[in-house]
Amino acid sequence: MTGFAGHGPAVGHGFTVPVLQLGDVLLVTLQGELHDGMAEQLQEDITARISNTRVSGVVIDISGVEIVDSFLGRVLAEIAAGAKLLAARTVLAGMRPAVAITLVELGLTLPGLRTALDVERAMELLGVTTRRGEGSP
Amino acid sequence: MMQASRHAGPADLPIGSDADLAWVRQQVRQAAAELGFGLVQQTKLVTAASELARNTLVHGGGGHVRITPLDAGSTHGLRLDFVDTGPGIRDLDQALTDGYTSGGGLGLGLSGAKRLVQEFEVDSRPGEGTTVTVTAWATVVPPSRTVP
Ligand SMILES: Nc1ncnc2c1ncn2[C@@H]1O[C@H](COP(=O)(O)OP(=O)(O)O)[C@@H](O)[C@H]1O
Ligand SMILES: [Mg+2]
Repeated sequence: MTGFAGHGPAVGHGFTVPVLQLGDVLLVTLQGELHDGMAEQLQEDITARISNTRVSGVVIDISGVEIVDSFLGRVLAEIAAGAKLLAARTVLAGMRPAVAITLVELGLTLPGLRTALDVERAMELLGVTTRRGEGSP
Repeated sequence: MMQASRHAGPADLPIGSDADLAWVRQQVRQAAAELGFGLVQQTKLVTAASELARNTLVHGGGGHVRITPLDAGSTHGLRLDFVDTGPGIRDLDQALTDGYTSGGGLGLGLSGAKRLVQEFEVDSRPGEGTTVTVTAWATVVPPSRTVP
């Protein structure tokens, strides 16, 4: 697994943001408490990584995130905007229902950010076929 | 680990750093869960608390939050007072307008937090500071309120 070890604030307080490259796609998994500074560092790291690897897609898995406020929402939107300028598409995967309800009431509907119910569907949206489930009926 | 009971008194938490914001979110979530808030109610209150605590830090120059469990007969509530001694809010109507920010943000914190709780009050004096008080109940309408 590839992480951000040694890249400063994205690692710290026992918190690591795992980033995996799966072919043409970066899979970023957010979990638990993300401090504001770490979110901003993550934005820089992902953008640099897209540029270096020339991937065409980014999937951000937020199924482990308990709240999205306007700060994290803005960071996610900016990651997607930056990716787009670097010719990569971003899909936000696995938002919890309680988070979705809260975001609507907060007034943050994240227009322009593609979403999918889970990582597998996000990958499909980006044209990556996951082979999971092929052997089962 | 802190063992707050549902009969615990008010608790004050400092707001002076990113790490403090994370701690405030965790403590508000724990208090709301203990008082019987459902998952969506918890998520709304924690999100509102995150917005208001960040305002205390970023716009108010730091301060504290007081977390007070409330008892209203058969239901329980949580009151949060976000207190700073920063510059204050000169034009409250403008500050409460969706999308208004004096810099950097999305301008949804104050107005959004207001929508996420049942009671919302701002006491701000230019040059002296700001206190934002919000209350949420474990059930939508507190039974202490008399219906006409
Ligand atoms: N505690 C505070 N002290 C001083 N000004 C504040 C405070 N909270 C909010 N404000 C003002 O109200 C505006 C709107 O707040 P908010 O809706 O949270 O948007 P944002 O934080 O994204 O700017 C802020 O830009 C700021 O000018
Ligand atoms: Mg704000």
